[in-house]
Amino acid sequence: MNSRNPQLNENGALQHLLTTEGLPVSVLLHILDTAESFVGVTERDVKKIPLLRGKSIFNLFFEPSTRTRTTFEIAAKRLSADVINLNIAVSSESKGETLLDTVNNLSAMNADMFVVRHAQSGAAHLIAKHVRSDIRVINAGDGSHAHPTQALLDMFTIRRYKREFRNLRVAIIGDILHSRVARSQIHALTTLGVPEVRVIAPKTLLPKMVERLGVHVYHTMEKGLKDIDVLMMLRLQNERMTGANLPSFEEYFKYYGLTPEKLSLARRDAIVMHPGPMNRGVEIDSAVADGKQSVILPQVTFGIAVRMAVMSILAGNQT
Amino acid sequence: MRIHIKNGRVIDPKQGIDTVQDIFIAKGKIVSIGIAPNEFQASRIIDAQSLVVCPGLVDLSVRLREPGLEYKATLESEMAAAVAGGVTSFACPPDTDPPLDEPGLVEMLKHRARNLNQAHVYPVGALTQGLKGERLTEMAELFDAGCVVFGQPDGLLSNLRILMQAMHYASTFDFSVWLRPQEISLTHHGVAHDGEVATRLGLSTIPVCSETIAISNIILLMKETGVKVHLCRISSTEGLSMIRDAKQQGLPVTCDVTINHLHLSDMDIGFFDSNCHLMPPLRSFSDRDALRHGLLDGTIDAICSDHAPVDEDAKLLPFGQAEIGATGVELLLSLTLKWGLEMRLPLLKTLSKITCDSAQILGINGGNLSVGKAADICIFDPDDYWKVTSNSILSQGKNTPFLGMELPGKTKYTLVNGHIVYEKQN
Repeated sequence: MNSRNPQLNENGALQHLLTTEGLPVSVLLHILDTAESFVGVTERDVKKIPLLRGKSIFNLFFEPSTRTRTTFEIAAKRLSADVINLNIAVSSESKGETLLDTVNNLSAMNADMFVVRHAQSGAAHLIAKHVRSDIRVINAGDGSHAHPTQALLDMFTIRRYKREFRNLRVAIIGDILHSRVARSQIHALTTLGVPEVRVIAPKTLLPKMVERLGVHVYHTMEKGLKDIDVLMMLRLQNERMTGANLPSFEEYFKYYGLTPEKLSLARRDAIVMHPGPMNRGVEIDSAVADGKQSVILPQVTFGIAVRMAVMSILAGNQT
Repeated sequence: MRIHIKNGRVIDPKQGIDTVQDIFIAKGKIVSIGIAPNEFQASRIIDAQSLVVCPGLVDLSVRLREPGLEYKATLESEMAAAVAGGVTSFACPPDTDPPLDEPGLVEMLKHRARNLNQAHVYPVGALTQGLKGERLTEMAELFDAGCVVFGQPDGLLSNLRILMQAMHYASTFDFSVWLRPQEISLTHHGVAHDGEVATRLGLSTIPVCSETIAISNIILLMKETGVKVHLCRISSTEGLSMIRDAKQQGLPVTCDVTINHLHLSDMDIGFFDSNCHLMPPLRSFSDRDALRHGLLDGTIDAICSDHAPVDEDAKLLPFGQAEIGATGVELLLSLTLKWGLEMRLPLLKTLSKITCDSAQILGINGGNLSVGKAADICIFDPDDYWKVTSNSILSQGKNTPFLGMELPGKTKYTLVNGHIVYEKQN
């Protein structure tokens, strides 16, 4: 039956990073503050610090990814860790090896930390439950469930540009139903005290009872974007188009794509975010993506500092 | 063998009996309750002081995994588990490999089960060949081979015309049809109830209308064909209220609920507990409450274990990939007692849901303690709490959401045809 939050140890310290749900404000702020100290490192000429020297970090990507895997790799290398990349989508699983067998084999190679991406919700929890107790697990995206480092770098970006969470109106726009990013963003935003989080999407892209997560539901950009400080766009995945969720990209762009006109409905100093990779002309117009309110590229830069922070905190809590 | 069961609290829901008295068994039958027959010489006396003596339990769904799926469980392991749970008769669904769609397969299963000389096995014949929903099976032949009812355990046929014909054909011979009300196109690849928990965990969902649309179709087809239907594994408040209406209209419909759905909700999935990957999915807390009350008011006729042993590796996967099902035949008694205790019911009422009521649905002559009947008896200690662990379960499947829980009621003896087939070792 249910046990304690599997990502915290007996003392409430972070043991794994699996989801932003249920993490105390203090843990979230500790990650953001630690990341602040690493931003300077990433801007130096010599970008390495020896915090994780001698540690082995395995990037286990059961699902293809370029950006997330690369930023984790850079983050680990800047902390002087050894990084091993495994693209398992085309190796073990196709040979019939189970997820836990793969993990056990790699554990035997003296791994200290796993960064895991998997197409199934709950995969990172399963691994965290079964790995040796000295191994740390970072969820780099599991199914539609969670993508906590993305949400944390988003929080970092918001704090950089808006300073304070407690006076913001934030809108998350797009495919909430299938989005692990949206779920992790919602939990992080509500935990950090954002008073109004909205989701904007057609009903086919919203999960049932989503308002129970603490968000307000809107179905039109016209109403949803009013007075908004932060717009968090989501990627509309091509494969969703086959599942009778939407009639066409064109219609989606017309009603939910972020154009300069729709952006003008939000506050004048609103910032626009996107987790990438973007579908220009589907969920976002190039004029907005490349416009002066866009903070999409800084998000990527901050992503490295935030992932360095998570890795160093987890390594510091290693017993 | 002549057996004298002494000083037990004899409870027979069918006859409304609940008194401390003795039972006398000879030649496999109950020969007397209360007073010893003349010159009765017991070869074995069972001291049932402070124990309950009730009819052997009748479980409406126990998967033996034979033929074809022996790596999950075998006839031997699951028959032993059944009698350890006090179950003396059970229906086994046709979803084996190959499915129970040919008389030869059914005869073989019956023959092997008989040789083990433990519980009575009642195969549910496949309604369509290979359970593919395309061609009818030889139901009359299957009946002669030992099938008592006919079913389609995975949900409604996609072709409703074939389902209607199958129901017509079954009603020709007055056979009952057992259906799992599930509209498969709505279930799709869902793994959890469409509610707050699935939304949080990012699990693909199964809406309640997958059940209600199927029930609606079944009820309309019942009216068309006149067949008797048993609806297996009800999960939702809305589904329940449709069945209540159908019963009020006088339609010959019955239904059951599983021990899991009676006690758990989608909240119990917790952090992706794959033991809670069940079909139908565990629904909301209010659905669970409606099921508990529906059972009490008689809308739900019986409780079943929906026993489905799964090998351990098949559960050590992410929730959505983990195999569906939970072991349960050894928990049927305890979880039924737990429901009765929580609803403050007399044992007589509680036990009816796993004895005479389920026997009636199965259409068998069992589930009661009448004199002259085969002595199928369960003797249990209602005050003995036991912990569910992989060691305390005999079934080859150790997967259940109740692992680690303390449950009331432990079987001490199980008798089938007057033979002691299970005796708890201390």
